[in-house]
Amino acid sequence: MQNRYTFGGDEHLFVECSDEMSLDAFFKSLSMAKGVRDSAIKGVTEICPANASFQIKFNPDIIKPDDILKEVKAIEGAAEKAEPVLKTRIVEIPVFYNDPWTHETLMRFRERHQEPAGTDLDYAAHINDFPSVDDFVAAHSGSPWFVSMVGFVAGLPFMYQMVERQRQIEVPKYLRPRTDTPRLTVGHGGCFGCIYSVRGAGGYQMFGITPMPIFDPTQTTSYLRDFMVFFRPGDIVRFKPIDRDAYDQAIEDVDKGSFSPPIREVTFDLRAFQKDIVGTNANLEGMLNGH
Amino acid sequence: MAIKVLHHGLSTTVQDLGRPGYFHLGIPIGGAMDRVAMRAANLLVGNEEDAAGLEAVFLGPKLEFTKDALVAVTGADMPAKLDGVAQPGWTAFAVKTGQTLSFDFLKSGARIYIAIAGGIDVPVALGSRSTYPIGALGGFKGRALAAGDEMPLGTAVSGIVGRTVPEALRRMPGNPAELRVLPGLYWDRLTDEAKESFFADAWKVAPEADRMGYRFRGGRKLSFIDRTQPFGAGSDPSNIVDSCYPYGSIQVPGGTEPIILHRDAVSGGGYFMMGTVISADMDLIGQLQPHTPTRFIRVTMEQALEARAERTKLLAAIRQSLL
Repeated sequence: MQNRYTFGGDEHLFVECSDEMSLDAFFKSLSMAKGVRDSAIKGVTEICPANASFQIKFNPDIIKPDDILKEVKAIEGAAEKAEPVLKTRIVEIPVFYNDPWTHETLMRFRERHQEPAGTDLDYAAHINDFPSVDDFVAAHSGSPWFVSMVGFVAGLPFMYQMVERQRQIEVPKYLRPRTDTPRLTVGHGGCFGCIYSVRGAGGYQMFGITPMPIFDPTQTTSYLRDFMVFFRPGDIVRFKPIDRDAYDQAIEDVDKGSFSPPIREVTFDLRAFQKDIVGTNANLEGMLNGH
Repeated sequence: MAIKVLHHGLSTTVQDLGRPGYFHLGIPIGGAMDRVAMRAANLLVGNEEDAAGLEAVFLGPKLEFTKDALVAVTGADMPAKLDGVAQPGWTAFAVKTGQTLSFDFLKSGARIYIAIAGGIDVPVALGSRSTYPIGALGGFKGRALAAGDEMPLGTAVSGIVGRTVPEALRRMPGNPAELRVLPGLYWDRLTDEAKESFFADAWKVAPEADRMGYRFRGGRKLSFIDRTQPFGAGSDPSNIVDSCYPYGSIQVPGGTEPIILHRDAVSGGGYFMMGTVISADMDLIGQLQPHTPTRFIRVTMEQALEARAERTKLLAAIRQSLL
């Protein structure tokens, strides 16, 4: 996997680790972004890891474009040799699938959808060859997801499903983007899942909603007091289907300040995962359940 | 409190020079779209260049002062009026308690910058007072101003009524506007024909033009080199595996309408980008009205850096003129 280096104007260096998505490409981009951060190159003002690429913003008055290119290229060799091991955390996110709020929204934008007669869940289940929506939900919530990028808008996680490629859920985006998406909608576009951190426009298919805030500029949510954004690239997510009662209870708990998502520290080894996906995921799940 | 909003204009927000450091979490740098105009306004009233002021687009606000103040308005040509009396642009003028600042219609440009001695003293959020409305972060309660809002001012240091930025140092886009672009990023997805037509065609600013991005229309549709789309990229030839978006990067969804991302950019997404507007010309975009004829000029990195040095020189000349 050879990096491609290119400049975004005179202030950005853009590094594409691979033009296709894979966990290898994600690990390389994360590892290189970390390498650039650790090397504290003067003039670097921002380092943004993405799914299979990353971007550096620099001040060309402090470091010349050619010089930053040289310095970052020098990190590539080390990043390739780095152990693909990540100390991270796994978090359980409750999801109320097929909820009334995303349902109301998707009905409003039906004319922008591939399958106006059904729901987004019907469509996603159908084109991914699941016999029913329940089977689709079981698959969506049945394996963990990697947060491979945080962005688009404040605190929004892009998530990559941790299963063999042929089992990955893939759904096209809406034909034309919606002008509205409920806050905390769990969505999917291409091979990526996401959680809309704020209300707004969006093109991903809508499957459900979580009661768990993931961005809070007021920093009053109990687990967002230290920082207003919940997710970090490299987090592992497990979705837990909940019903209306559990959703209402969770909302009440969030309001009271007593909601706290189950989170466990874990070490993830990409090689072990690739050797035994089912076993690795079972281990992760065990960790989440406190084993 | 020191300023009361009587009318909000079209969209008036508190801005400074932005909040770098959080783009990796999707929080953009924000801040004044026309940075030179914002800096000049602050200098005119004796503020630090990164003090918070107001940015108003297309239509000025109506503000009542409940405290004496020194004010300067820079950027677009939209004459300021104090109790109905016209005030010169790019020039510091005194406002007395009880007076009302309003604006005439926009003559040219798009955004004015209102600096007030002491700066607007809203709380700092992640290192900046800039407003990021999508995230309800910063500025006045995380949103654009509305009638009835009251804002405090910081402590004024020094300022001299009548100080002015010489006309030759007030940089505004021409007609047609010319924006210099460094090809790059996913440039090689385009056919040779598209690479040429983009720079040859006459474009116009579309009505969808705001702090997140400016859309353009009128040029020929861009064609892509055939390929099997990589896994995860999406089926349209303009799709890529979602990546970061540089400020100033030009994405062209479906190959039809280029969008230049600006200070409140989304931090990433799945559209290919063909290049980036150079840092020296980002200010100019903030002064473009819808329908403005626009040409894109292809430059090299060397030329981009020269233009950047020119802009730095312009700022130095503005500072020098106000000493």
